[in-house]
Amino acid sequence: MTEIHVLLLFMIAAAVIAVEAKDLMSSVISVGAVGIGLSIAFLVLKAPDLAIMQLVVEIVSLVILIRATARSDIPFSASGRWAFNTSATIFFLAVFLASAYLVLKDLPPFGSPIMGISTAYIEEALAHGGASNVVASVTLKYRLLDTLGEMTVLFTAVVGILALARKGRQGKEGGYGK
Amino acid sequence: MGNNETRGMTVIVKTITRLTLGFILLYGIYITLNGHVSPGGGFAGGVIIALAFMHIMLAFGKEEALKRLRVSRLRILAGAGALIFLILAVRPCGFIDYSVALPLCEMAVVGFGIFAIFTALVLISKTGKYKED
Repeated sequence: MTEIHVLLLFMIAAAVIAVEAKDLMSSVISVGAVGIGLSIAFLVLKAPDLAIMQLVVEIVSLVILIRATARSDIPFSASGRWAFNTSATIFFLAVFLASAYLVLKDLPPFGSPIMGISTAYIEEALAHGGASNVVASVTLKYRLLDTLGEMTVLFTAVVGILALARKGRQGKEGGYGK
Repeated sequence: MGNNETRGMTVIVKTITRLTLGFILLYGIYITLNGHVSPGGGFAGGVIIALAFMHIMLAFGKEEALKRLRVSRLRILAGAGALIFLILAVRPCGFIDYSVALPLCEMAVVGFGIFAIFTALVLISKTGKYKED
């Protein structure tokens, strides 16, 4: 578990730097460091699926963030309105802690087997899953509706962004849609 | 910086992109099609394919990238992927290999969708406040 703790400390440090850095580019690169640390943590915890996913998504978001921040010094001010900022932070922390309490109190007590439903998945997935990878057969068979919902969310996001982009180009000839 | 978007980057970057592009696309397709055997799947493969096209766009400039893959075709591919995924999910039919067909649809939605978002961001910033051409 030492590796996990080192990685966690690294990620926390990088996240603090990302929040506190004055330069936007430094913050973006620190966010990328957090993502890479998370990817290695998934790999250490023996979840290569999540590690690949995290690494790839991290690269895309880093490219988009650098693309968005590289050109201009976007003015960013955290000063002023400190009363509103502090009360908002305390409010969201309270909401987070309350919901975490509600969720975590239903965890099984220490010592009881935590593999309830997942035992059935592991035993039966290979038999009638059709895929030799348990993760793939869970995503594609047992939780297909979940995957369908995920696709719906992503497709809606794409359609929304494309619609916004088209609206911005309406005035020009040779518009975006061609 | 502003010229990079129309002309692309230096000849070194262009040459390396030409060499590595095929391998990146091949890796994306491999991740997609082998998701039911090894770690991976449609989402990761789609993002890798989107990264390959972003690579073209960053190295060669947006004209060259849009010549190869038009935005209207991106929308058609992503929409077709979503539609086929929906049909396969709510109305199962026996003779299709789901562990190949579903990741392919997911790859189409994710890959072309993310590249379409990136393209939209590039084109938006052309009309924004920081117009440089």
